Amino acid sequence: MMVGAFLSHSLHPSYLHLQRSDASSNHEHLSSVLTSLCVSPQQEGLDDGPDFLSEEDRGPRAVNVDLQTDATLQVDISDALSERDKVKFTVHTKSTLPNFKQNEFSVVRQHEEFIWLHDSFVESEEYAGYIIPPAPPRPDFDASREKLQKLGEGEGSMTKEEFTKMKQELEAEYLAIFKKTVAMHEVFLCRVAAHPVLRKDLNFHVFLEYNQDLSVRGKNKKEKLEDFFKNVVKSADGVLVAGVKDVDDFFEHEKTFLLEYHNRVKDSSAKSDRMIRSHKSAADDINRIASTLYTLGTQDSTDLCKFFLKVSELFEKTRKIEARVAADEDLKLADLLKYYLRESQAAKDLLYRRGRALVDYENANKALDKARAKNKDVLQAETTQQVCCQKFEKISESAKQELIDFKTRRVAAFRKNLVELAELELKHAKGNLQLLQSCLGVLKGDT
Amino acid sequence: MAEDREPPPLPGVPEPQDAEDLFVSAMEDAERSLSPEDISSSSNGPKAEPMLLDHDPDDLFAEATEEVSLDSPERQMILSDGPSPAITPVTINPRADVFDRSPDQDEDDEENRDTFDIQISVSDPEKVGDGMNAYMVYKVTTKTSLSIFIRDEVCVKRRFSDFLGLHSKLASKYIHMGYIVPPAPEKSIVGMTKVKVGKEDLSSVEFVEKRRSALERYLLRTVKQPALLKDPDVLQFLESSEVPSHVSYGDVILSNTYCFILKHARCYYHHLDEVFVCSCIKWFEEKQQQFENLDVQLRKLHASVESLVFHRKELSVNTASFAKSAAMLGNSEDHTALSRALSQLAEVEEKIDQLHQDQACADFYLISELLGDYVRLITAVKGVFDQRMKTWAKCQDAQVMLQRKREAEAKLQHANKPDKLQQAKDEIREWEGKVQQGERDFEQISKNIRREVGRFEKDRVKDFRVVIIKYLESLVHTQQQLIKYWEAFLPEAKAIA
Repeated sequence: MMVGAFLSHSLHPSYLHLQRSDASSNHEHLSSVLTSLCVSPQQEGLDDGPDFLSEEDRGPRAVNVDLQTDATLQVDISDALSERDKVKFTVHTKSTLPNFKQNEFSVVRQHEEFIWLHDSFVESEEYAGYIIPPAPPRPDFDASREKLQKLGEGEGSMTKEEFTKMKQELEAEYLAIFKKTVAMHEVFLCRVAAHPVLRKDLNFHVFLEYNQDLSVRGKNKKEKLEDFFKNVVKSADGVLVAGVKDVDDFFEHEKTFLLEYHNRVKDSSAKSDRMIRSHKSAADDINRIASTLYTLGTQDSTDLCKFFLKVSELFEKTRKIEARVAADEDLKLADLLKYYLRESQAAKDLLYRRGRALVDYENANKALDKARAKNKDVLQAETTQQVCCQKFEKISESAKQELIDFKTRRVAAFRKNLVELAELELKHAKGNLQLLQSCLGVLKGDT
Repeated sequence: MAEDREPPPLPGVPEPQDAEDLFVSAMEDAERSLSPEDISSSSNGPKAEPMLLDHDPDDLFAEATEEVSLDSPERQMILSDGPSPAITPVTINPRADVFDRSPDQDEDDEENRDTFDIQISVSDPEKVGDGMNAYMVYKVTTKTSLSIFIRDEVCVKRRFSDFLGLHSKLASKYIHMGYIVPPAPEKSIVGMTKVKVGKEDLSSVEFVEKRRSALERYLLRTVKQPALLKDPDVLQFLESSEVPSHVSYGDVILSNTYCFILKHARCYYHHLDEVFVCSCIKWFEEKQQQFENLDVQLRKLHASVESLVFHRKELSVNTASFAKSAAMLGNSEDHTALSRALSQLAEVEEKIDQLHQDQACADFYLISELLGDYVRLITAVKGVFDQRMKTWAKCQDAQVMLQRKREAEAKLQHANKPDKLQQAKDEIREWEGKVQQGERDFEQISKNIRREVGRFEKDRVKDFRVVIIKYLESLVHTQQQLIKYWEAFLPEAKAIA
């Protein structure tokens, strides 16, 4: 089932403008309203995606946005196209840096190219001492597609109104997922652009500027298998490395902290997802109840008919609010936790690299001592030891700063999102309350 | 006739000021245990005011207001006594109130319009016996000032099969006359087996509570019927201290089979007889169709509400587990202000989970059970309509027989057999009598049904109105609590430095 087929008419959630620029297509374009809502790169890094799902979020942000120094390089995703299996992102760059040929340009990139960029950072020795911004997750419309398909199959069993309603629901859901994936890809790019060292990376510049296909294919089976083994080795190694007690208190503390934190964030993320799913199911039930009440209202011969109609109307509205509550919780809470799950993993990876370097350094020291004792290959051992020492110290230095920055970013992001979550919950609860109270007033005053 | 009367316009009803208090105090009083004395006064009955028909709807709401305020401290004691379920729908158990008001007086009733004052409560489920022979015994308390009862206040112990027995007796006596006999709660083999086996877990506790509530509603509906209230079986059930011989399940099966046969009775529509006015038939056809539609929609609604209850319970469970997880996260967070905020978040979510649970109970006890009851009631109504058809069929058969007897007599007249003639004449008289009886029966049942349906519709309107308003009030309360919790959290979140 082609997702696009269902989106052939214009949708009108209040927070989204949709344009169909291609008549023949099953395509979806997000207009450049995204640019106005996009968060400019911040010094502390971008741990919150553009929150254009909440309409009130267009005002000045709680976290300080420092635009001055970043005028040199601003990256955003100005448009996105959903086509069958693929999503095409239009990456738009504004820069005053001399490296680029123009001051402003755009290219089209796909998800695999983002992954390529991320992997190139990870594999590079240069960046061993930095927290590599986590790669954006693959765009996954499977669940949504499945639901749309099931809806199509079940079309006969429900009334026309119900069908249209559910279709709208699912389309809105699809749209939400779409916007999220765009946001995550954008956050990745913005983080790279904000990082003082990574932004200078050549691959990054190629990514931004080269307006042809990067010919990056997804990994084939063999490569995926290799990756798998690499990961196994890495985690085994990681355990060994983690076992080595660090001399430096700061890093020792960070190690224990990150390990525990990562696990707990994982748990919280999963639990928040479940909670939000139940919330959505409950909202769906209210939807069905509203429809049935409406039918009852039209059929009933007694005074109850007005009653039912009024209550049906009420439930329609409260359901919308409930759905928004679930969506906002998803955005502010679940996404936050998911992002920090990935970031904390990246931080752990950094610590692993440092630990690895430390082990190498210590081994080199031992080798040097042995060589000196035997008086054989001393020079070589010395050079190796020097190299290891330099590597280790370089990583340690930048790692320390990175970890401190990580904490600052984390605190800021949590603060922002928790505040916004609370504000949104309040807003919705008040809205709900008002609807309920006014309906109650009418019903009680009515005969 | 009842159904022709329009309910009078309702003057402005004062808002029950105590709605908020009800929930607040009920929540605070959750742990209070109360003396047995309080148990029986689970719901306040209507006051001894003259029940003038024109002010009936008005009184309904006035009573509801008073009940809401007066009930709040005692509401939960039904549940907190006896084998107290771990999770009781403590805050919201207003089912009893829905019925604690005077029913409409029978307009056709020539009797003196007494004030109708009776309260019934079913409480204290107790397990008697062991193993597979065990059963639950419920205490049935009746408080009344009606003269047909021997005492003002009676307590008896009854088990579930006693209720079924009462229903089958009433059904066999009244359905064929066109009275709508409220159906008894359903049996449940799985639920009862769990209880028998002694599983003290949540589901069996909830099952007992569900059943207790259903039995209470059943009794209240039954006594609301003026005809049923006077029935000696009902009186015996409520008053007699010995356990009445409970009907074997065989009898119950028999009466079910009877109903089954009724549904498939053929009905003859001979429009030849002037006794049966055609407009009457049209009314019955319309009503039957309406009830069909209502049945379908109510079943659908019931299913949706059950799904909602399920999802809300699931939401509550998931929120609780998220709260725990957030607390752990807060613990491991090394930035103190953030850590504190996360712990606060965990607390908020925990409170919210309790809120969801309470709301789910409200969903269930208010709406879902009401809908289930009405689905079953409508089946009873349909049964009564079928009865009418059966009576008609009987009447028609009698007519046919009479015709045959007359023909036979005419033949005998010609054949000139005086001895057989006398017998034939006797038979004719007999069948004439039967025809007349049949016609009278049919007229009576039609009249009864029209009255019953009118009463039923009125009650339905009242029931739904009251329950839906109560439900909306519970939703209001939930939202108000949510606002409170999040308002308390917001400064904490902002305080993260």
